[in-house]
Amino acid sequence: MSILVDKNTKVITQGITGSTGLFHAQGARDYGTKMVGGVTPGKGGTKIDGFPIFNTVEDAVKETGATASVIYVPPIGSADAIMEAVEAGIELVICITEGVPVLDMVKVQKYMEGKNCRLVGPNCPGVITPGECKIGIMPGYIHKPGPVGVVSRSGTLTYEAVWQLTTRNIGQTTCVGIGGDPVNGTSHLDVLKMFENDPATEAIIMIGEIGGDAEEQAAAFVRDHMTKPVAAFIAGATAPSGKRMGHAGAIISGGKGDAASKKAFLRECGVSVADSPAEMAQALLKIWQP
Amino acid sequence: MNIHEYQAKAILRHFGVPVPEGHVVYNSNSARDWARRLGEGPWAVKAQIHAGGRGKGGGVKIAKTADEVKKFARDMFGMTLVTHQTGPEGKIVKRVLIESGCNIADEFYISFLVDRATDKVTLMASAEGGMDIEEVAAKTPEKIFFEAVDPVVGLTAFQARKVGFKLGFGFAQVKQAVPLLMNLYKAFVETDCALLEINPLVLTGEGNLICLDAKINLDDNALFRHLRIRDLRDYDEEDMMEIEASQYDLSYIALDGNIGCMVNGAGLAMATMDIIKHYGGDPANFLDVGGGATIERVTEAFKIILSDSKVEGILVNIFGGIMKCDVIATGVIEGAKQLGVKVPLVVRLEGTNVELGKKMLAESGLNIVSADGMADAAEKIVKAVKG
Repeated sequence: MSILVDKNTKVITQGITGSTGLFHAQGARDYGTKMVGGVTPGKGGTKIDGFPIFNTVEDAVKETGATASVIYVPPIGSADAIMEAVEAGIELVICITEGVPVLDMVKVQKYMEGKNCRLVGPNCPGVITPGECKIGIMPGYIHKPGPVGVVSRSGTLTYEAVWQLTTRNIGQTTCVGIGGDPVNGTSHLDVLKMFENDPATEAIIMIGEIGGDAEEQAAAFVRDHMTKPVAAFIAGATAPSGKRMGHAGAIISGGKGDAASKKAFLRECGVSVADSPAEMAQALLKIWQP
Repeated sequence: MNIHEYQAKAILRHFGVPVPEGHVVYNSNSARDWARRLGEGPWAVKAQIHAGGRGKGGGVKIAKTADEVKKFARDMFGMTLVTHQTGPEGKIVKRVLIESGCNIADEFYISFLVDRATDKVTLMASAEGGMDIEEVAAKTPEKIFFEAVDPVVGLTAFQARKVGFKLGFGFAQVKQAVPLLMNLYKAFVETDCALLEINPLVLTGEGNLICLDAKINLDDNALFRHLRIRDLRDYDEEDMMEIEASQYDLSYIALDGNIGCMVNGAGLAMATMDIIKHYGGDPANFLDVGGGATIERVTEAFKIILSDSKVEGILVNIFGGIMKCDVIATGVIEGAKQLGVKVPLVVRLEGTNVELGKKMLAESGLNIVSADGMADAAEKIVKAVKG
């Protein structure tokens, strides 16, 4: 078992004829993901490296039976691409694109209300269920099937956590990169709920950042509803106030959303918090043994 | 991207929002000329820098005569203004705004921003105008009102009325507040703001509402569709190296420490700063080379760190995903060749093409300390810098 994606998930790539889209579609296919085609308006009916191309997501869904879509469309068209996938009945949309205007995402969130679709991202590395399905830009080989769920706003910091697990011979059920933007489809809390309900997931590593209160909301859920152990790291303890650290999320002002208060609240909620990013796996092993 | 107060007010004026008459000047003579052209005094003389708290530092003065306008402006030009938002080094004043003064009866706070909790643009308002709003939020949160805006219909008249009555306006002011707030919202969405703050919104002795100060922060990701606004960027307000870095699409922020860092990914870059501090060191910068960096970008990134005189040691921490370790290695070797490396250099590589990257560095002849894992890397560089 796993969350969001497994070996049967059929995936299309929106923006498959761009160099990034194609490169990662190939990488996902090599990993074993059922990459069933792609969408590039105007190139429908042709093929690229064996992938059939469709003009619309609707056509692609009809022909391939895809239930998931991954988006590499440039920022100017990302919001439109997400909405097109939602409209076509895609159940899981993963938007990798970095740099989507935040007001575009405000509209997308409104558009998605009441729709039977989950959005992950934008500005995220994607989702991987090791050994079964990789959707996104993460290096596949650092992962290994196993019992730990990983959720994070950051890409490379997720790899760091996964690598700490894998090198200790501990595998992962699913790793979810939710993205660093202020308005995004899936939160830490959403993913924790899914891990709690997934029988295969025994323990969780959650990686957060300064800014906002998404980590606090997730921690309150851990305290009130979770039966599984959770370890965490919060990046940005040394970030100066008021500066934007690449991720729009990673900004603090006036002491709100700073690392120290986040860590303190997480600890209060029973989360095992790593003080150093090199100790994420150890923090989990303090409260859980595979 | 931040813009100046006078630029923000020009945008608001375009959207029909009441702001004082005024003009930006670059020398004290034209300050006096513009004061006369604006009509009778008093006038406000306001230093234009990208930071709040200017009044306390002597950056805002009220002049009663045109000669006084000139004197105040002359004092401001070239002065280093230090406020709680500039940092101890302060900012040099190069532009001054001359405005018609107004008769202040009461002050209010208004802002629009994107609320991450509701995923909606939200109007924040308080009768505690002119104050530091974060202080109000911390001490008396009940004095701040919120209205979340539906992105389909925009800010509605009834929402604007509600806010007006909550601020304690009489009906005459509520009627003024409705178009004012709706136009502010329009300005926010049509220019893709990240933050639009009016502090204070003033009720004049004559019973009119007017935006006495205005702060606009724009969504960098949306500047591609606002080319004229993008041109408002003031390079004088930014760190030289940050400008240099942004030309190569590098995310770089200068800090106070002495350990230069080059990392891929914002989260890992922050975590790298954290772990340096954890082992007793101080990072000199935040630098994210991004996921798809080319050899040229990595080379430039490494050169930016090398050319920083306060850097006494360098830590390269890369977890390759899309970023290939051999690209990093090539960039480091190239940058080192061009500028020379006179400080200790610790490199930690992991991920895609890691063996190739390590081999290239080992054969480069550079004096590189390689590290296994983040902790090892941080410990080694902190130790090397402390000597």
